[in-house]
Amino acid sequence: MKEKLANPNYDVNIKGRNRGGLIWRWIFQASTVVGILALTALLLNIMNGAFGYVALEARVDPGTLAVNGTPLENQTREQLISVLKEHISSGAFNKLEKDQPFAKRSLANIRQVILERVVKYDVKQSWSLWESITRVNQIKQESTTKYPKAKLQFTSWLSSDFVGRPQSSEALTAGVRTAILGSLWTILFTILVAFPIGVGAAIYLEEYATDNWLNRLIRTNINNLAGVPSIVYGILGLAIFVRTLEPLTSGSIFGYADSVTANGRTVLAAGLTLGLLVLPIIIINAQEAIRAVPQSLRKASYGLGATKWQTVWYHVLPNAIPGILTGTILAVSRAIGETAPLVVVGASTAISFDPTSPFSKFTTLPIQIYQWTSRPQDEFRSLAAAAIIVLLIILLGLNAAAILLRNRFSRSY
Amino acid sequence: MIKEEKKSNVATLFRQQSHDLHGRRRTGEAIIQGLLFFSGFVSIFTTIGIVYELGKEALLFFQMPEVSIWKSLTTTTWQPHTGNFGIWPLVTSTLMTTTFAMLIAIPLGLGVAIYLSEYATSKTRKILKPVLEVLAGIPTIVYGYFALTFMTPLLRSIFGKDVVDIYNTASAGLVMGILILPLITSMTEDALSAVPRSLREAAYGMGGTRLEVALQIVLPAALSGIAAAVIIGISRAIGETMIVAVAAGAGPNFTLNPFEGAETITGHIVRISGGDLSYDSIDYNSIFALGLLLFMITLTLNIISQRIVRRFREVYE
Repeated sequence: MKEKLANPNYDVNIKGRNRGGLIWRWIFQASTVVGILALTALLLNIMNGAFGYVALEARVDPGTLAVNGTPLENQTREQLISVLKEHISSGAFNKLEKDQPFAKRSLANIRQVILERVVKYDVKQSWSLWESITRVNQIKQESTTKYPKAKLQFTSWLSSDFVGRPQSSEALTAGVRTAILGSLWTILFTILVAFPIGVGAAIYLEEYATDNWLNRLIRTNINNLAGVPSIVYGILGLAIFVRTLEPLTSGSIFGYADSVTANGRTVLAAGLTLGLLVLPIIIINAQEAIRAVPQSLRKASYGLGATKWQTVWYHVLPNAIPGILTGTILAVSRAIGETAPLVVVGASTAISFDPTSPFSKFTTLPIQIYQWTSRPQDEFRSLAAAAIIVLLIILLGLNAAAILLRNRFSRSY
Repeated sequence: MIKEEKKSNVATLFRQQSHDLHGRRRTGEAIIQGLLFFSGFVSIFTTIGIVYELGKEALLFFQMPEVSIWKSLTTTTWQPHTGNFGIWPLVTSTLMTTTFAMLIAIPLGLGVAIYLSEYATSKTRKILKPVLEVLAGIPTIVYGYFALTFMTPLLRSIFGKDVVDIYNTASAGLVMGILILPLITSMTEDALSAVPRSLREAAYGMGGTRLEVALQIVLPAALSGIAAAVIIGISRAIGETMIVAVAAGAGPNFTLNPFEGAETITGHIVRISGGDLSYDSIDYNSIFALGLLLFMITLTLNIISQRIVRRFREVYE
């Protein structure tokens, strides 16, 4: 017995080995903690950008706009309109009148117009949330010495106005409505293309395809396509959907002529490009869902004399559909977050009107974030942070829907 | 009859399913089957489309008088407007961001995977895995924002503002590592948990500690899966675009200094195509050539990864 223990192969240095084990265990745990810290830092960093103090300087001090001592807030409609007329050109006034008659506008709306067109607040400097919490006094001091005319205000860049306003080149009045609508339009076409084809391909591969070279090629090919960088799809979309199929994607073959469409760089082209991008993901997920339907169901169906398609349509698909939908939602959330291919396909970065048809120019939420992030001014970074929060909330909602769907309808056989 | 079965290829199978027992044609079934086959074939069209379009325009690019493949491969300036198309500045910066990403993602990814599969209780795993999935589901542009507004200031405060530029490859690469971490973790964890329990039990029975079992038994058994994960991670890092477009700098720069700005292949494509690109200009054609290069590199890596899994997989029954 003693001899055996002395054998180096039965190393008994248990203490040392356990100590080594403990150290390594710490290392493994530490890497997990680092991962979680990274996620936390990412989220906190976004929060940090989206809120904070802003030093605003008005071009026209709102105090001077008082009529007979009545401040802006208490003025009547006539007084407000006269203030507006006094400060902007008659051409600009007529244009506003044409957009919506002032007689029909609400008082709040007219005041908003005055704030935007006459008072014109300008962001002189903005501070992050962290700075705003830890150095309030310093910020106040800095603001009063550097910008004596400016007012300091704690601003949440994320607000219901921000979500509801169209894009604008002024940081204070910019919003993401255009971008959100653009994302929705694009995703609509992505789903319309990718869902039927993806599910069709999955049914073919799982139910019909035999093991021959062609089907093996299709399978391998789908796996490889899933690994192609998204920007390559963008280049493909540029060549095929924007350039070659321009008559289709610009709508000219449907007799749709819009002076503002940028040739083939439209919602439709973007949707089709993203459709190709998420197709492999949808196929792979749908295949898994179909594979999970037990063979016994199919056999029972055949036994009753059903044809292949009847079996697929009435038995396989209804049982696989929760899984297929879950996979599709995940693919859609991937598509919503995609930026690079859309830049290449030709997203417009500065449009302030909402997309109205498949042949409209488009911008999407990630594109908007990209554009704001690349601008050097801090206030645009803050806008980007606010837009990121909107994007993450949308994605979170989609993922929650996917999880609910999976839990609600998952059946075990 | 046997002969019939032997040549059961697409055609005969198609016949069997689209005809009823009397051999009459089921038109509806046949049409549906055709449509389904077409859907399956769309993915092939996509690949053909990529290779054809990228190849065609890249060929046009190399036929332009300013461009020669030899010069591209031997010179180190990429300046389209002066007719210089040396590929190296773009390649070195791509390699640099990828290296930084992998320096983060491989050790951390393996650490997390080993912890999850060998150490964590099932309760911890249930909490941690969704966290990693969240990390994997965040759009890359958000990581770009993170790199520019968090990682870069962090690096600048550590190494000094004179040393670290506002745009630099180190920051982009490090954040890219965080992006790729969940990918490597989940693939590695799959590989580790595929190692049968009996192997672990046997090792414990021989007196191995938990660490010894993990590192000397389970890890080697799962090595092919881990190698595949690493290669897929590299491929993903090379093709990653938005982080580098935002944080790594605009402008090709032939340098090995990670604290300088340098444009990667993907970053360059995004910047060039950002404006309205006119067709058949040298810029337009150059992004196809770069896209083709990118496609070739990632495809090769993906195929290698699949081969590794297939060839070196240990099969336990």
